[in-house]
Amino acid sequence: MFPNVLFEPPTSFKAGFPSDYEIGTVDMRWKDKFGVFIIRSAEGLYALSNVCTHLGCTVNWLGGENKFKCPCHGSGYYKNGINFEGPTPRPLERFAVSLAEDGQILIDKSKKYQQEKGQWNDPNSFLNV
Amino acid sequence: MIEAVKQAINSFSSPVTIFSASLAMFALFVLFPRQITSPWCTVPILLLVLAFFAVGLTDEHFVKIVTAPDNVPIVAMIFIAGYFTWYAMRKACLNDARLERGEPTFEKTETDEKVLVFPYLIYIEFVVALVYAIGLVLWSILLKAPLEEPANPTVAPNPSKAPWYFLGLQEMLVYFDPWIAGVLFPTLIIIGLCAIPYIDRDPQPAGFYCYKQRRPMVIVFLFGYWILWILLILVGTFLRGPNWNFFGPFEVWDVHKVVPLVNVNLSDFIFIKGLGWGLPKQWFLREAPGILLCLLYFMVPTTVAAKTWLKKLVEKLGPVRYSVLMILLLSMLALPIKMYLRWAFNLKYIVAIPEFFFNI
Ligand code: FES
Repeated sequence: MFPNVLFEPPTSFKAGFPSDYEIGTVDMRWKDKFGVFIIRSAEGLYALSNVCTHLGCTVNWLGGENKFKCPCHGSGYYKNGINFEGPTPRPLERFAVSLAEDGQILIDKSKKYQQEKGQWNDPNSFLNV
Repeated sequence: MIEAVKQAINSFSSPVTIFSASLAMFALFVLFPRQITSPWCTVPILLLVLAFFAVGLTDEHFVKIVTAPDNVPIVAMIFIAGYFTWYAMRKACLNDARLERGEPTFEKTETDEKVLVFPYLIYIEFVVALVYAIGLVLWSILLKAPLEEPANPTVAPNPSKAPWYFLGLQEMLVYFDPWIAGVLFPTLIIIGLCAIPYIDRDPQPAGFYCYKQRRPMVIVFLFGYWILWILLILVGTFLRGPNWNFFGPFEVWDVHKVVPLVNVNLSDFIFIKGLGWGLPKQWFLREAPGILLCLLYFMVPTTVAAKTWLKKLVEKLGPVRYSVLMILLLSMLALPIKMYLRWAFNLKYIVAIPEFFFNI
């Protein structure tokens, strides 16, 4: 009677408190459910999409080599999402991050920020924490 | 001893060396087909290939890759495609020799009359179809389909490989933007194959195997088939490992192998390294040199050749068919050219406009 619906996880979610994230690490805890890497650097916190901008495979974080690497055609990205090797023409996309009222990080996957369009300067694309 | 040979093969292997060596072998083949397809040459070559596999089978890693159920057809393809190429070329060379001596071709000695498609050809095709059907049934019983765990959108196997017949395209994607390698080139391949009978309408050397009278066509076809299709499939299947890094045939697929692959766009070369100005803000200024280069690439050889050594061809084909032919040929050549540019200069894109996803 009902169509076969795939219930996908909501596009926006709360990702805990900024203090849950260590400075300088690539955090995997939301990768499997939402496809998001959360990275906290000295400048701020941002949410990187794990979809390769070449043809859409999912990239892996290689801690030893300090880069994201795509298993499909070998594109590589720095920790900040900038592409530096392989065929991909542009950096990984970032999702909107903000602080919810209760102080948790709110990630909205429906809003994307692309570096090549200059959108990474947008205050919603990173969190100053 | 065997270990040393394997080591040597591994350290020799890289995308450039494999591709260049294959090009050299291809050149030898089309230059000296008569000698190479003669039994004196063919048998040693066949033994060499078999020896390679025999040596390979002593290597655990090699065995794992070559006998993986999805890779078996590719091993078979080496022999099947090799056999058919050899067969056609051998017949063509023998026919050429006969024609030189003023004798009729093989096909003429079989029958001088035209025969009907039905039943003659259909009958043969039917038998072949039966044999293939039996072969497929046996194959699917003997080798289990390599099914994996249910797909999970957040986990990609490493390396992620396309089905074997698409691996050539996947290998192409290493050098091109998805639009070009995934859409434009496949379309051009199909259009190009459809265009062959309209471009090459010479009735003279039709109906029998020959090489001398249609050397350019045979070379172009074999180049596209062997170098740009089969070779890329072989590289994609056997020599690409985790993270799509290149591995020698006897090299263990190490997930942590680090290969420096930093790539630079043409605009970076020109405006940053060459002129020292920094990249212009507007994309059309930034990419103007690349766009110009691409236009020149298609226009200069076409017009220059039309005025000089291809004059006769232009007269024979007319301007439209000639231009179509040249565009197809030049796009075909663009693939190896781009590959060599990547290997030599780490050139990523000649035209790179990520603003609206257009990269060449
Ligand atoms: S999809 Fe990631 S490199 Fe092609």
